[in-house]
Amino acid sequence: MSEAVPRVSLAKIFAVFALIGVTSFGGGIVAYLRRALVEKEKWLDDESFMAALEISQTLPGLNSTNMSVIVGRKLRGALGALVAVLGMVLPGAAIVTALGFAYVALRHDPKIAMVLTGVAAAAVGLLLQVTLKIGWKQLMRPQDLVFVIAVFVAVGLLHISMVVTLVTLAPIAIWMYRPRAEKEGA
Amino acid sequence: MNKIVELINTFALLSLLAVGGGTAVLPEMKHDAVQVHHWVTDTQFAQIYSLGQLAPGPNMTCVILIGYEVAGVAGLVAVLVAFFFPACLLCYFVSQTWDAAAGSPWRSAVQRGMAPIVIGLMLAGCYALGRTATLNPAKGWDFNLITLGIGVAVVVILSTTRINPALTILAGGVAGFFLLG
Repeated sequence: MSEAVPRVSLAKIFAVFALIGVTSFGGGIVAYLRRALVEKEKWLDDESFMAALEISQTLPGLNSTNMSVIVGRKLRGALGALVAVLGMVLPGAAIVTALGFAYVALRHDPKIAMVLTGVAAAAVGLLLQVTLKIGWKQLMRPQDLVFVIAVFVAVGLLHISMVVTLVTLAPIAIWMYRPRAEKEGA
Repeated sequence: MNKIVELINTFALLSLLAVGGGTAVLPEMKHDAVQVHHWVTDTQFAQIYSLGQLAPGPNMTCVILIGYEVAGVAGLVAVLVAFFFPACLLCYFVSQTWDAAAGSPWRSAVQRGMAPIVIGLMLAGCYALGRTATLNPAKGWDFNLITLGIGVAVVVILSTTRINPALTILAGGVAGFFLLG
């Protein structure tokens, strides 16, 4: 993004991210981001988009908000980043809040409770499918599967704190793929 | 007031622990919100998460409803800020210096090493929600047959078609309404 980018107004940044925030149903926000930022607005080329995505996925936080921070900052600095994140989060937050008010008022109605039970059962299916889709490679590779199982047992079954689990297992897993080991393996 | 501080502390930490996306902190979040602080019940947690799947935008935005349950609108705003701001701030500063590490071979080591850990966390999230929502030992076999059926149907449909996932969540609600009656 060192090439000259025409100065984009903060209102425009907010509008573009808010449109993504309000139309991206069913997860997979990255696809919506790419369509808006690369294809429609041409604020980024494919290469810078993939570079920003790589940072977003490596750092903690939601991929979608991290992407908003990075792209907003590139366009208009700190204010741009702030406006982009607000655009991404606020429309969904407003809708979640409305759903939440209805939920609190209606959840004891037995018919609504049945709907919510069905919705929750489906949401678990969705989460499981996403996990299997992005994790298939890891689940099929024995040295990765060891870490998958270790983390599942520690956090999911034994409720060992996530901080402790990450501090213990992440360095070992990263060491396993350390640069030198890769070279020897090749 | 103390409750607001507890909410902020919990969700700010979760924000910074969200490696590989928001769903990675789901098991830890459920443990904190249900077992440790008793902010919501098992069932409420699963339902709040599910409602989030029906709203557009980042799918963990629904966590603000936990804040609402605990402390009304003030709790909602506190969780919104605490869950999003710390990670965004970190990203803002780190992404500026990221290019300095562009050529480092350790970057791929970090990515490949963290991948199985993220998958383990996500599976733990499936288990944490699924134990209440899809296979609940406290409920009868007929209840479990229906909820498990809905969950499995969603996995199969999403694996074999390109339908928008939000539609399968809605269909789950419709199925629950007619089958669980």
